[in-house]
Amino acid sequence: MPKVTIDGIEIEVPKGTTILQAARMIGPEVAPPTMCYYSKLKTSGGYCRTCIVKVTKGSAQNPNPMPKPVASCRTEVMDGMEVQNVTSPEIVEARKGVVEFLLINHPLDCPVCDQAGECKLQDLGYEHGSVKTRYEFKRREYDMIDIGDKIKLHMNRCILCYRCVKTCEQLTDGRVHGVVHRGDAAEISTYIEKAINNDFSGNVIDVCPVGALTDRTFRFKSRVWFTKPVDAHRKCDKCCGKTRVWLKGEEVLRVTARKDQWDEVEDFICNSCRYDHKKKSDWTIEGPSPISRQSVISQNHYEHLNELKVQALKQQKALGFMDINKRP
Amino acid sequence: MGRKLLIHNDKVPGIHTLEVYRAHGGYASVEKALKTMTPDQVTDEVKKSGLRGRGGAGFPTGLKWSFLAKPEGVPRYLVCNADESEPGTFKDRYLMEKIPHALIEGMITSSYALGANTSYIYIRGEYFYVSRILEQAIREAYAAGWLGKNILGTNYSLDLSVQVGGGAYICGEETALLESLEGKRGNPRIKPPFPAVAGLWGCPTVVNNVETIAAVCPIVMMGGEEYAKIGIGKSTGTKLISASGHINKPGVYEIELGVPVEEFIYSEEYCGGIRNGKKLKAVVAGGSSVPILPTELILKTAKGEPRLMTYESLADGGFQTGTMLGSGGFIVMDEDTSIVKNLFTFSRFYHHESCGQCSPCREGTGWMEKILKKFLNGTATEADVDLLWDIQSKIEGKTICPLGEAAAWPVAAAIRHFKHEFLEIARNKKFNDVSHYERLKKKTVA
Ligand SMILES: Cc1cc2nc3c(=O)[nH]c(=O)nc-3n(C[C@H](O)[C@H](O)[C@H](O)COP(=O)(O)O)c2cc1C
Ligand code: SF4
Ligand code: SF4
Ligand code: FES
Repeated sequence: MPKVTIDGIEIEVPKGTTILQAARMIGPEVAPPTMCYYSKLKTSGGYCRTCIVKVTKGSAQNPNPMPKPVASCRTEVMDGMEVQNVTSPEIVEARKGVVEFLLINHPLDCPVCDQAGECKLQDLGYEHGSVKTRYEFKRREYDMIDIGDKIKLHMNRCILCYRCVKTCEQLTDGRVHGVVHRGDAAEISTYIEKAINNDFSGNVIDVCPVGALTDRTFRFKSRVWFTKPVDAHRKCDKCCGKTRVWLKGEEVLRVTARKDQWDEVEDFICNSCRYDHKKKSDWTIEGPSPISRQSVISQNHYEHLNELKVQALKQQKALGFMDINKRP
Repeated sequence: MGRKLLIHNDKVPGIHTLEVYRAHGGYASVEKALKTMTPDQVTDEVKKSGLRGRGGAGFPTGLKWSFLAKPEGVPRYLVCNADESEPGTFKDRYLMEKIPHALIEGMITSSYALGANTSYIYIRGEYFYVSRILEQAIREAYAAGWLGKNILGTNYSLDLSVQVGGGAYICGEETALLESLEGKRGNPRIKPPFPAVAGLWGCPTVVNNVETIAAVCPIVMMGGEEYAKIGIGKSTGTKLISASGHINKPGVYEIELGVPVEEFIYSEEYCGGIRNGKKLKAVVAGGSSVPILPTELILKTAKGEPRLMTYESLADGGFQTGTMLGSGGFIVMDEDTSIVKNLFTFSRFYHHESCGQCSPCREGTGWMEKILKKFLNGTATEADVDLLWDIQSKIEGKTICPLGEAAAWPVAAAIRHFKHEFLEIARNKKFNDVSHYERLKKKTVA
């Protein structure tokens, strides 16, 4: 099995593992941020360039460094490879550039965006962006589109990660033309509208990292951090039936797929589970969903207190912070 | 006079027809290769010739061919890249338009060497009329038995067809070309896998430029070693140069690699000097994406040696003081040219042609164009020069395909060598386009 060293930490991984997957195995401290890669979608990744890393040693056999930064999500590890992520100032600077590029045409309408609180771009901007924008021109604008009666496409917010395109390609009837036009005039387009009849079309909402594709049945009902996510299941003959149900009091505001530690869907769910079962009694509730401590959604949900404390300690240690329990 | 191997017959009346082409020795390389050589022998000659890809990157063709995977029972393809869209480059068009059979002959000989039984010429949409010329020539070649089943009675068969693109520069990038050829959106693929392993429809594929393929015919005829004697060092053979801009004789020239740049610009055999008695200001030597060089650096290297038309000499000094031979799109600018305005034109092009897959290129190219527009409007500040520099550095090397670099390099080079022009506009809050006034004056006089 090939051994790879990322930011000075060595790990042995199965052949065919990408640098990103290897970094995730080590842990969130060294895992590069991702906006387009999606573990459940084939051929995803490579587009956004936020996950770029520097390969300082190609492999034991060919120790030459790679001439340019590579997309960690699309580059397989080789035995003896050495990679720098946050330890390379060059990469940190380049990533800042990518974040800036992703933001220059983004409307930054977070106060009225349903994705706020669970938006990957917000997190990314917070962690890697600059406070001030250097972009002084008019931002790109599109009209909003209803894709059927359940999904809203707000193209202004789209970062062209191609996740929804891959979702439609791989879960629905295999159409490929998800993007029309070119360059910064490119847009996600109508083919999804056609795919809407498919039982799995609602998954594009879950895979969208920003608020470009949102659930029309949930729009403006509540800020996500005022809702409480619980893991729930029902017997479903179309999908796994294992979902996340978002409650406000006794009311089910929305149903989504469950997401893993990296905010990627564990199992895609069908539209019937997503849209047609909005009563609490439709569901067998398993308990509160694990939500990352950093997420605003975890506010006031103290169910995993011990686990959260361990997480916090680990992270602060990694960042070189003082132990919270030993603060003067 | 330099030797010519590709377009020596361009002025012969009727050379676009099979009959005249054949009468001038055409298709001899097919005869020689199919009847007297094995495919590997043809590849060997190409290796010995030192031929380098004429599409821009200059990768050794023989080596590229030898990388082609040859699994049992899987078809292999040769695809000719006739998408020629880099501003300043028009040599492939000239060759195909004047002597279409030269390309078809090269396709047959090369396909034989690679073991391809189906080959394609992918031509840009704007060259529609050229595609008609090629199709006519292909029909003639089929009728005469140069294409189709059992060519020349051997057991080698080849089908060749022309595919017209939709008119996107990005479809000249080889993997975007293959996507387009498959009927998909022309987005460059993420490599690896490389086309030599998984290209067209997932099968091993070689993509070569028009001129590269046409050069295979003289190589087979004269032998690789003879061909390698032309040129200097690793820049062997002849090269088509598309000369344009403020010169007396714009056009396509076939040169022996190694001609001094100064001779190429000023001699009567080639560009014939700068028009209207003006002075030379700058040259973009290899198509719009390569770094622009001011007079003193294009005529001589930083070491003071004469700059030659070779891959190595033009690249001498790296990007600090050198440039690239690229696709051979030689754009000459006289003393009245505004480098800033020229850069705006280039940047607008790359912005328009970005496929939009990766964020640095999609967002960065448009941003650079908008800032350059500020210079033309006279509203730019000195800080905008630094911002431009920073943006290009954040695109370069961080994208899926080299279009990102193609967009970044011209900006970097213009600032590197002509920063004062940007600063002048920023300080004076005014953009004076001399060349524009000159043209206006002429118009009013006439
Ligand atoms: C954006 C872009 C556009 C390109 N356009 C062309 C083109 O129009 N014609 C061409 O021959 N090569 C073009 N290339 C280079 C091709 O990708 C490829 O390297 C070439 O066709 C290989 O042929 P060669 O080895 O014979 O040069 C382009 C590359 C890029 C990145
Ligand atoms: S709509 Fe969302 S998922 Fe689709 S490409 Fe845009 S950002 Fe990605
Ligand atoms: S560099 Fe530009 S043209 Fe090339 S893949 Fe990325 S967005 Fe498309
Ligand atoms: S996550 Fe790797 S390029 Fe987007």
